[in-house]
Amino acid sequence: MASTGIGAPVRRKEDFRFITGKGQYTDDINRPGQTYAAFVRSPHAHAAIKRIDASEALASPGVLAVLTGADLEADKIGGLICGWMIHNKDGSPMKAGAHPALAVGKVRYVGDHVAVVIAETQAQARDAAEKVAVDYEPLPAVVDMNEALTGKTVIHDVAPDNRVYDWHLGDKAATDAAFAKAKHVTRLDLVNNRLAPNPMEPRAAIGDYDAGNDAFTLYTTSQNPHVARLVLSAFIGIAPEHKLRVIAPDVGGGFGSKIFIYAEETVCVWAAKRVGRPVKWTSDRTEAFLADAHGRDHLTHAELALDERGKILGLRVHTKANLGAYLSTFSSSVPTYLYAPLLSGQYDIPAIYCEVEGVYTTTAPVDAYRGAGRPEATFVVERLVEVAARELGQDPAAFRKKNFIRKFPHQTPVIMAYDTGDYTASLEKALEMADVKGFAKRRRESARNGKLRGLGYSAYIEACGIAPSQAVGSLGAGVGLWESAEVRVNPVGTVEVLTGSHSHGQGHETTFAQLVSDRLGIPIDQVAIVHGDTDKVQFGMGTYGSRSGAVGMSAISKALDKVIAKGKKVAAYAMEASEGDIEFKDGRFGVSGTDKSLGFGEVALQAYIAHKFSGQELEPGLKEGAFYDPTNFTFPSGVHICEVEIDPDTGVTTIEKWTAVDDFGHVINPMIVEGQVHGGIAQGVGQALLEGVRYDASGQLVTASYMDYCMPRAKDLPSFQVGTTVTPCPSNPLGIKGCGEAGAIAAPPAVINAITDALGHEDIAMPATPQAVWQAVQRRLPAIAAE
Amino acid sequence: MYAFSYHQPKTVRQAASLLAKNEDGKILAGGQTLLPTMKQRLAAPPALIDLGKVEGLSGIELKGRSLVIGATTKHVQVATSEIVKQAIPGLAEMAGMIGDPAVRNRGTIGGSVANNDPAADYPAACLALGATIITNTRKIPAEQFFTGLFETALEPGEVIVKISFPIVSKAAYAKFRNPASRYAMVGVFVAKRGSDIRVAVTGAGSNGVFRATALEEALKKRFSPKSLEGVSVSADGLNGDIHASPEYRAHLIGVMAKRAVTAAIGK
Ligand SMILES: Cc1cc2nc3c(=O)[nH]c(=O)nc-3n(C[C@H](O)[C@H](O)[C@H](O)COP(=O)(O)OP(=O)(O)OC[C@H]3O[C@@H](n4cnc5c(N)ncnc54)[C@H](O)[C@@H]3O)c2cc1C
Repeated sequence: MASTGIGAPVRRKEDFRFITGKGQYTDDINRPGQTYAAFVRSPHAHAAIKRIDASEALASPGVLAVLTGADLEADKIGGLICGWMIHNKDGSPMKAGAHPALAVGKVRYVGDHVAVVIAETQAQARDAAEKVAVDYEPLPAVVDMNEALTGKTVIHDVAPDNRVYDWHLGDKAATDAAFAKAKHVTRLDLVNNRLAPNPMEPRAAIGDYDAGNDAFTLYTTSQNPHVARLVLSAFIGIAPEHKLRVIAPDVGGGFGSKIFIYAEETVCVWAAKRVGRPVKWTSDRTEAFLADAHGRDHLTHAELALDERGKILGLRVHTKANLGAYLSTFSSSVPTYLYAPLLSGQYDIPAIYCEVEGVYTTTAPVDAYRGAGRPEATFVVERLVEVAARELGQDPAAFRKKNFIRKFPHQTPVIMAYDTGDYTASLEKALEMADVKGFAKRRRESARNGKLRGLGYSAYIEACGIAPSQAVGSLGAGVGLWESAEVRVNPVGTVEVLTGSHSHGQGHETTFAQLVSDRLGIPIDQVAIVHGDTDKVQFGMGTYGSRSGAVGMSAISKALDKVIAKGKKVAAYAMEASEGDIEFKDGRFGVSGTDKSLGFGEVALQAYIAHKFSGQELEPGLKEGAFYDPTNFTFPSGVHICEVEIDPDTGVTTIEKWTAVDDFGHVINPMIVEGQVHGGIAQGVGQALLEGVRYDASGQLVTASYMDYCMPRAKDLPSFQVGTTVTPCPSNPLGIKGCGEAGAIAAPPAVINAITDALGHEDIAMPATPQAVWQAVQRRLPAIAAE
Repeated sequence: MYAFSYHQPKTVRQAASLLAKNEDGKILAGGQTLLPTMKQRLAAPPALIDLGKVEGLSGIELKGRSLVIGATTKHVQVATSEIVKQAIPGLAEMAGMIGDPAVRNRGTIGGSVANNDPAADYPAACLALGATIITNTRKIPAEQFFTGLFETALEPGEVIVKISFPIVSKAAYAKFRNPASRYAMVGVFVAKRGSDIRVAVTGAGSNGVFRATALEEALKKRFSPKSLEGVSVSADGLNGDIHASPEYRAHLIGVMAKRAVTAAIGK
């Protein structure tokens, strides 16, 4: 069975469907009698709504309804929620302003939802949306966080200084003491640029109401349909859970942006009852830029305290995190509990203190985006460490090695207890693969051609497998973060696995089937993975934070244990042996010490015909479920080395070489893992060199299309050299850690460290566009000439 | 997209009369500019007059010392044409740098020139090569054709039929792409015909394509990249946006001009 089991580079089962255009995405679904929604969006960053006059729109062809925030209120539909409570330093709760799905009284960013038009066709809905006359009284836009914190313009009355929270983590006194005895302090000001998520498939939703049963169905582009149902029923109040079915069919990428419960799906499912017909909305790319939750957007001042030999004594970080105009579903946790606990990186840092201010601005909401908090933390740590090594005149690799954590388990000063790892092994392997020894020669060659060459490291750690429910509960999470699985064995021995994880590109239909194949000894084409429908899967927490392997598959593994245990009972009856003598191996139940055995399929049949045992002694059937709650986070780590060449004439940076050595623990499918690493690096390079959401001072989105928002292309990337080291994760049954975000976490500091290395340590902000690099070259020119 | 009527004339004359009949109607060529703007609801022409079925508008031929390209000739045809590669190889290369394969397989030379996007490539080639834009009513020298941002000398109802490029001894285009859109952030087309040296710049001017006379003067002394060393281009009148300041664009004009001259000498 090795060919389709754990560790095999099995081709993705789902790809035939996707590549031949047979995928079923939300927009591919059409319901009988379907109508279309178009949203009236705010053209202003900040304005009071004086009046909404829908009469002309209502009189337009095909229009069925024009609905506003007042209609939502009339139906007692609640606002969108933020599901993670953060407390201020003084223990008081964060200041969360109301977030109605359709604006009430005020709009707070360009693209904010003012009203919805529902019409027979999409074109009619859009035509009529332009005819909804909204009388705005413009208010000042506040795009800049520092300006927002002056409180001159108030975005939500509950937060008069626009500060959502003023939070901290770590031991301030111990950290101050570390700095007091430091021989050297490295200081850096860092910008973590705002990103637009850009999944290939834009968001979409269809609300459907069955008046006969007073029940709703929502088809939506979600990474976690059960969480969507929970929020829509328990908090927003669409319908109780048993009257609301959420289906997330094929989903074409999310990168975090499809975790959240947005205004559009809320409105579609609610409006379906209002108009008595299904209501569909499909985002266009402009709407996606305007209203999908963005990622990152931090301003950070960070300081590293060092002793005379370059041992790290302490780390002090102050971050301002832009949360946008409203708190999106998990926004509050991203710059706090998903960020600061990773600030120890791979290093033994005795004292850490981090303060974070969450800030409202008149921009789109900001929430989790591939990596969510960990890329921001890694950028802080890896830039600081690099600059510290350079300031001390030490080799950056040796400096890192000297400060690595070597003993496990390791308790950091910021919550996390690292279970296992071998950071030196990854670094050494990466140094070898990247031929760092030959770098000096390559740099000289570049110089001969008038080019500047640089080398940059990034030794990242991240926390995946989110998360032990008790732990996150104590930190303010509104939900537990376990996962569920159900394994249904059919009478002929084929298997359906129902999982609460949700694949939106990760390849679960393959990897999850590989686990089943490995454990039950059946080929993967006899395994179907079922996900994304709350009527099929009982409950689940969805896919994000690289949790589906570590948590989702662990739940499947637990259920498979139960299936095998039950199978042994059935086999014992079938072969008239004692249960204790049954061994399950290579897909067969055998009686030890004899040559008697039954195949998995035969035992499954015995379980369902139930002829060999009485139903009182043993229940017929073969179906088992499990909930798996992790006992710890998992800690993937690794070292990436980026080598760049810069053309000083134009500022163009070319990535010449990329080496990634990652420790993901055990790997289920190395091909899929490598694909995840490639994609992650591409996104990280996008952040470092190309991408950046820009608002102008009036709060207009400048980067509202691909004409101005620059996505990475194949040409921007070299062929990656990818390697692994393995320290199995001790806290889950499969020993796996998670790989989905590693590349995006590792890449940005590797790129910037390489560029600053090439530029003689001249600092540069992301994205390091040709213009930014050229300007840095100009600043640096006198020094380069002198060298 | 708003509703519109659709017309498919067979001749240029029919196209012109349809244009005259349909106020605010628009010619549709490759649709690579017009259709995206309509989809984004930024343009709402009540009528589209599609040139796709008009006979004789597409094609490439040599006429004496000129290369004549029909208005609906697609970028890919210019990029791969043996005639163009022989006559003005720099023009074929330029066409091959436009957009992506999908754009090059739909977009046309006439559409690009008529649209006069300040970041488009063809206007630089037309200006540097001293092309003549031939319409259904007259011949317009490139020098007088490109009048401003998305503005041309075309009168309402006027249709571009072909474009004639005099064959030059040396020509090349160097393009610095806008990282996001891949249009020209700075594109420099240099052409040398005897002692006549022209350097046309696209993507940079706040009023569209223009000739960099300082660079032309420098190159007249000797057609060599060395002649451009130390010649600086003023940032006055250049475009500034999130991708490039006027100063950076001015600098890139110099760099791209050198690269274009180097490439032209190599041809
Ligand atoms: C993704 C993308 C990338 C692109 N990148 C580049 C690039 O790098 N460089 C570049 O130069 N361009 C680029 N373009 C633009 C492309 O070259 C277009 O093809 C061109 O600008 C317009 O040509 P068209 O044939 O598509 O014209 P259309 O879009 O059909 O028409 C454009 C305009 O010209 C008018 N028109 C068309 N033909 C005639 C005619 N014969 N007489 C009078 N008026 C006419 C139309 O009425 C309309 O107003 C890009 C376009 C896209 C979509």
